[in-house]
Amino acid sequence: MLEFSLWDILRNLLLAGRWTIVLSLIAFVGGGVVAMILLIARTARWRGAPTFVAGYVQVFQGTPLLIQLFLAYFGVALLGVETSAWTAASVALTLYTSAYLTEIWQGCVRAVPKGQWEAAQSLALDFREQLRYVVLPQAGRLAIAPTVGFMVQVIKGTALASVIGFVELTKTGTMITNATFKPFLVYSCVGLMYFILCFPVSYYARTLERKLHVKH
Amino acid sequence: MLIALDFWAVLAEWPLLLKGIAWTLGLTAVSAVLGLLVGVACAWARTDGPPWLGWPAAVYVELIRNTPFIVQLFFIFFGLPAMGLRLSPEVASIIAMVVNLGAYSGEIVRAGISATPRGQIEAGLSLALSRVQTFRHVLLPPALRRVWPSLVSQLIIVMLGSAVCGQISTEELSYAANLIQSRNFRGFEANLIAGAIYLLLALALRALLNWLGPRFLFGEHRRHA
Repeated sequence: MLEFSLWDILRNLLLAGRWTIVLSLIAFVGGGVVAMILLIARTARWRGAPTFVAGYVQVFQGTPLLIQLFLAYFGVALLGVETSAWTAASVALTLYTSAYLTEIWQGCVRAVPKGQWEAAQSLALDFREQLRYVVLPQAGRLAIAPTVGFMVQVIKGTALASVIGFVELTKTGTMITNATFKPFLVYSCVGLMYFILCFPVSYYARTLERKLHVKH
Repeated sequence: MLIALDFWAVLAEWPLLLKGIAWTLGLTAVSAVLGLLVGVACAWARTDGPPWLGWPAAVYVELIRNTPFIVQLFFIFFGLPAMGLRLSPEVASIIAMVVNLGAYSGEIVRAGISATPRGQIEAGLSLALSRVQTFRHVLLPPALRRVWPSLVSQLIIVMLGSAVCGQISTEELSYAANLIQSRNFRGFEANLIAGAIYLLLALALRALLNWLGPRFLFGEHRRHA
């Protein structure tokens, strides 16, 4: 029988950590794009958009991410596309991320004083220009800290993709546990790796937040 | 391509769903009470407690907040028995939820406490209240009132997070959905219905907590009396 040394365990977990990072990035970038579209639709008050986005946010924030992953997993299969854990996890985490980001960003757009919109309007900028040159730069500054903070949420969220068979850090941990019967050691290492991934990000978010408060 | 959805096949298993809802609510209720207590204790340790308690509390909060709940749950359920501590899935789930909520609510309550002016502590002490009494009666109630909306959101996150406990075969709602799916292969429908139920539970829980908090936790009613 094969013996696993501590180094074997760590090496395999480190390799699996790549997929946690890749999935986080897919979710973050994909979610950012969807969130921006939703934000523009809502801010521009396209017909039905505010109601739709409010419902969208409520649904994704009011149901467990686990259920969303299962729905993506079974839903993609229903559409007749061959399901892979990659597609299902990417779709579910992208939509989940977009709901939270659009909510965060909307708060930042709202925090921009109404006078800024009016001033931009009085300069004969059209809606796109008002958003592009006046409102978004100011809202963006407010949005950086909470957005970085939410990144931690996304990284932790990818751990649930293990449940639909996506082989990332957590899933690898389970597999190694099944091979080594050392759950205490393995899950400690898994937890530690998530901590090493997440802590710098949340620390950075807090620093940004403090900086922003000082400037005001 | 024809998609035939069969929701009745899932709804026919309503006793399972009902049992799942009961477990989800039960887990949430127990861990909400215990978790908030841990959170308040943690906030106390970091703001008003003895200095030697401050940094272990900070380490606890950071460790929990920067690791996924599912890993915490697996560590408690699979990892601790290796150290000789064998737990049932239900107990392990509750411990994991309490530990998780304790860290998050600890951070939220701490924010509420640090927003309270120092003068209030001095006022409390000058009325011959002990430090603990000052914390309990002067600092805590307004702090809780200030952060109650965040705490409500956190409690809902914990309720939704309890879905993960099904992975160690705690028989809550998502476990029920999984069980139904294994009986009739209606995976999509089962999870859609479970998702809808979670959504309703989240809305109901928010309404309940918004009503409950002011009445029982930070004594709004006394102001009107």
